[in-house]
Amino acid sequence: MRIRVGHLYPDYLNIYADRGNIAVLSRRAALRGHELEVASVSLGDELRPGAHDLLYVGGGQDREQALVAPDLAAKGEAVRAVVAGGAAVLAVCGGYQLLGRGYFGRRDVDMPGVGLFPHETIAGERRMIGDVLLECELEPGRRETLAGFENHAGRTRLDPGAVPLGRVIAGFGNDGRSGYEGCRVDRAIGTYLHGPLLPRNPWLADWLLAQALAHATGAEPPELEPLPDRLEAQAHAVSAQRARDRGGRF
Amino acid sequence: MSARLAVETLAARAAGRLSRLAGAGGGTTLPGKLLWKLDPGAIDALAARLPHGVVLVSATNGKTTTTAMAAAILGDRRRLAWNSSGANLVSGIASTLLARPGAELGLLEVDEGALTEVARRVRPRALLLGNLFRDQLDRYGELELVAERWRSTVSDLGERTTLVVNADDPQLGDLARDRRDVVTYGLDDPAHSRQALQHAADSRHCVRCGRPYEFAAVYVGHLGDYRCPHCGHARPELQVRARAINLQGLESATFDLVTPAGQTRVRLPLPGLYNVYNALGAAALTQTLGATLEEIKAGLENFGAAFGRFERIQAGGRTILMLLIKNPAGANEVIRTLEGGGAPPLLLVALNDAIADGKDVSWIWDVDLEPLLAGTERVIATGDRAAELAVRCVYGGLPEDRLDVQPALHHALDRGLELTPKGGQLVVLPTYTAMLALRRIFTERGLVRPYWKQR
Repeated sequence: MRIRVGHLYPDYLNIYADRGNIAVLSRRAALRGHELEVASVSLGDELRPGAHDLLYVGGGQDREQALVAPDLAAKGEAVRAVVAGGAAVLAVCGGYQLLGRGYFGRRDVDMPGVGLFPHETIAGERRMIGDVLLECELEPGRRETLAGFENHAGRTRLDPGAVPLGRVIAGFGNDGRSGYEGCRVDRAIGTYLHGPLLPRNPWLADWLLAQALAHATGAEPPELEPLPDRLEAQAHAVSAQRARDRGGRF
Repeated sequence: MSARLAVETLAARAAGRLSRLAGAGGGTTLPGKLLWKLDPGAIDALAARLPHGVVLVSATNGKTTTTAMAAAILGDRRRLAWNSSGANLVSGIASTLLARPGAELGLLEVDEGALTEVARRVRPRALLLGNLFRDQLDRYGELELVAERWRSTVSDLGERTTLVVNADDPQLGDLARDRRDVVTYGLDDPAHSRQALQHAADSRHCVRCGRPYEFAAVYVGHLGDYRCPHCGHARPELQVRARAINLQGLESATFDLVTPAGQTRVRLPLPGLYNVYNALGAAALTQTLGATLEEIKAGLENFGAAFGRFERIQAGGRTILMLLIKNPAGANEVIRTLEGGGAPPLLLVALNDAIADGKDVSWIWDVDLEPLLAGTERVIATGDRAAELAVRCVYGGLPEDRLDVQPALHHALDRGLELTPKGGQLVVLPTYTAMLALRRIFTERGLVRPYWKQR
């Protein structure tokens, strides 16, 4: 099966090794006999609902983020339509911020966002930097952990009733106070965790692939054939221990 | 020297000797840390008594090598206060100034983040800025923040400081604008341009208007001959240039050094374009200090590598070739240089995540490892984050059966040497603290001298 990925602004939003996430999706799809086809959707390009099974938005430096923000906001309706149509999304850091209602108060500049995730982000004084460990339950009864690294000045506040990606075991998370990290809407996931995220958390890569396949086939998300993931498990264990030992707190 | 400074100086020097006696390492920053605690203003006074002033060198990559090259060019003609072991934070600089009471000239490499503080205190007569790449985002913050701090540092220094900048870096070339006492340097040999910008290229959008630059040549990362088609912002004219560059694999690089004072052909005993940049920076800087073209040529041609950057170590009939990696741009150049000598059959890569390495290891995914992985027979992944590195290699196409994962450095080194045939070479690519730890192992085994005894 062909899985069509739309990679938003790869030439601007790539600061935290975002291509590692794409490499992991691509290889894990191939090992199950699927093919990941990645297309760039950048400044001025049209985003056509239905054309992608999965959207990826990475993180960028302040300057790059500001350069793409107006363009992304103009694509807002299309992004929401993509998700309403059942496609999957992974948005990391800067991408996660801009898929909310916006990022406000950074150097007195406000950046309106896409309005997919029910949250807004306010600029903070001290950056929240460090290893993070989360506990997630994306499917009822299936608890998993996510280990990653965060580095953000923005404090993201979820609206009441919004669904976070996970509970913070160690680290700052969305705002350093709520005890939650990330956000989920249908098959769309947003998070501050990079590292990159997917190499040491292969279960999330497989979850995203299954959601993307469900969009591609119109059927339920399939159970993907398990992979050994021996090295991935070791990398996860080291990263999780780092978060427990030195995860951020004020 | 004031009585107070004299007492503090004695106390701080004694602390350094104690640290070495206690086996705690080089003791290269301890005296400075102590002095810094006793009296932060002491650095200003120590710098002010140097009769020929202070020159500073900062860059993401190459500052240790560039500074060492400048020292080689200056030779015995000046007694230097030089932080040759790379202790480049405020405390290390204080230690260096303390340890060389009779010095005439301060030659100091400075950490990118510490530059503002150090420059404000020592008021350098010349400041060399070599490049800005993404590096340890958890420690330095974003590139743009460092660039902004550098811009204000430069403007605070005023015209009494000669600015020496690598004009091939858009952020730095822009600092040369509207400045009288400035020397620009860069490469002028499009035959060595890369086909395209690398994945990890940073300053690819115009520093003034934000549109993508057009590059007539790309040499290292985003360094090259750039021009913004929208607003016209472009690389300034080069005063010190390298032309007709000839790279001889892992051995050397030869080039025409073209300067306002004439030109000469230089055979640099270090490989890679990135070392040509380092040599150009050292040449431009020392020329502002009065070095002649002959002195520059001689200094560069007789240069040995800086500590841990490019070292050949003999171990039981085998050669260990150690090249430091610490960020995507630097690692990519090391890889390009290695490829120039044919991909090594065996690679030992050591990834640590201490503060000095960057706690965030995501940068290894921005390194273009693939060409090396395709050509190598075996990779030994080691260091505190060996597993993460192993995952990187496997997703980069290395079959798992060609990979050893061995977090303990001394075991990994044993394995590497065991797999290296007699007369063969083991290529070792460590991050900073892994390099220091490996060097300690080499010292214990009697293969190298401790770094604080090297000069």
